[in-house]
Amino acid sequence: MTSVTTPMFTPAPPTGESKPREHSEVKLRTEDLSFYYGSFKALHGVTLEILERRITALIGPSGCGKSTFLRALNRISESIRNSRIEGRITLDDADVLKMDVTALRRRVGMVFQRPNPFPKSIFDNVAYGVRVNGLADQRSLKEVVERSLHRAALWDEVKDKLHDSALALSGGQQQRLCIARALAIDPEVLLLDEPCSALDPIATAKIEDLLFNLKDQCTIVIVTHNMQQAARVADFTGFFLMGKLIEFDRTEIMFKKPSKKETEDYITGRFG
Amino acid sequence: MTRGQWRKGVNAAMLSLTGLCTILVASVLFVILAYLAWNGGRSLNWDFFTKLPAPVGESGGGMVNAIVGSGKLLAVAVLIGVPTGFLGGVYLAEFGHGWFPYLVRYATDLLNGVPSIVMGIFAYAMVVHRMGHFSTVAGGVALGVMMIPIALRTTEEFLHGVPGSLREGAMALGASKSRTVFTVVVPAALDGIVSGMMLDLARVAGETAPLLFTALGNPFWSKGWLEPTASLPVMIYTYAISPYEDWHRQAWAAGFVLLSLVLAVNVAARLILSRATSHR
Repeated sequence: MTSVTTPMFTPAPPTGESKPREHSEVKLRTEDLSFYYGSFKALHGVTLEILERRITALIGPSGCGKSTFLRALNRISESIRNSRIEGRITLDDADVLKMDVTALRRRVGMVFQRPNPFPKSIFDNVAYGVRVNGLADQRSLKEVVERSLHRAALWDEVKDKLHDSALALSGGQQQRLCIARALAIDPEVLLLDEPCSALDPIATAKIEDLLFNLKDQCTIVIVTHNMQQAARVADFTGFFLMGKLIEFDRTEIMFKKPSKKETEDYITGRFG
Repeated sequence: MTRGQWRKGVNAAMLSLTGLCTILVASVLFVILAYLAWNGGRSLNWDFFTKLPAPVGESGGGMVNAIVGSGKLLAVAVLIGVPTGFLGGVYLAEFGHGWFPYLVRYATDLLNGVPSIVMGIFAYAMVVHRMGHFSTVAGGVALGVMMIPIALRTTEEFLHGVPGSLREGAMALGASKSRTVFTVVVPAALDGIVSGMMLDLARVAGETAPLLFTALGNPFWSKGWLEPTASLPVMIYTYAISPYEDWHRQAWAAGFVLLSLVLAVNVAARLILSRATSHR
């Protein structure tokens, strides 16, 4: 965390923001990142810088590579057979592809498209990552679980049934539980892969509020199909098309004055 | 006749035909069950569960040694079949890829089709012949090897049924592959695996052929694990082909007890399984 770098696409001065934005460091950086499923090239040399304590949204039509890109960042994509990564990813200037994968995933958490609580109690779900990584003893474990559920805005709804099965919760609650589970190990970066696509608008609104409150604490990268969502929550937005990063800029600029025609076409709904 | 009437007629005929076949199949089962329950239940008494077999010519006696013997044989079978099948299934479902698991799967299916008497010969050659005498262990080995294919394939199937999203969820939290498998995937499939193992056990509980020349039989108590032992299926076989009326009654009783045990295990397994599928 030593180098202070400006993002590739230098952001314009903030407009219409209530609090002035201090200078932010680059947390995650990809350089010429390509990804192959067998012989199919799903990502074509993506270079991108993700700023610390900001929300970065990745948008684009289905199959454009935005999820593939996200899943390369914590190397969860490695479990797919015959897949291959080329290029460089750095986290605080350390090479992600050479890092111990467990250590990487402790620092870069992930929330998936469909809520995937383990068939265990609510408590054990949140405690899972803490236990696996040996981060807390039994006494402080309770505190960690409570704090994480608070951070995921779920505590009040589940505090009396911590030892009930997590599968009894509603879809929205399950997704917040998955966020709490990811937050329990205090990740520096949180990756969210279309976290609201299986949820109703009220549950979606809760998760968006939550992301807003979390961004002081960690760097968030969210893949979304929903452009309004990107516009609402993200500081920066990247637009992917056919495995390429077409444009990356401040969200206001992306939505009001995109410089590429493809971006404008997609945002105005002319295709995709 | 209009087209509609014709269609209705065909429908009614087909419906009654399928219904008839269903009743036929079910009635065969129920006739067997009722016949066994009637003959077995009549011959069953307290002595059956508490006494050793009586010598020929004396009436009375029981099969307590065979009941305990079957229990011991099945215990050895579980010790051999369940860990092997379970861990093999975990390997196939979670770790193996390439030609080797394909080979294992194929071999397992073949093993499942091997006649049980051949399993008996195998255990005879491997255990009885080397030790020089018949024993509980030899019978248990024969039954245990017979359990492996189904234990392995049910484990594999139930692990395949666990959604990949759970594996990703655990790995995204920094869990290693084996940690993920044993703390998330296996617990998620455990009810199914346990019920599969129970059905597997119930299946080998009634096997007779492999026990004939491994556990042999024994009219007395079998001490420890290295002596020949009586077992319910072999007792049924021996008693049923004997010329004595009193032994026939006892064979019916033994059949009834064996069937009840197998049925109880089956029902318990189904209950566990339905619990497993309902909270998912």
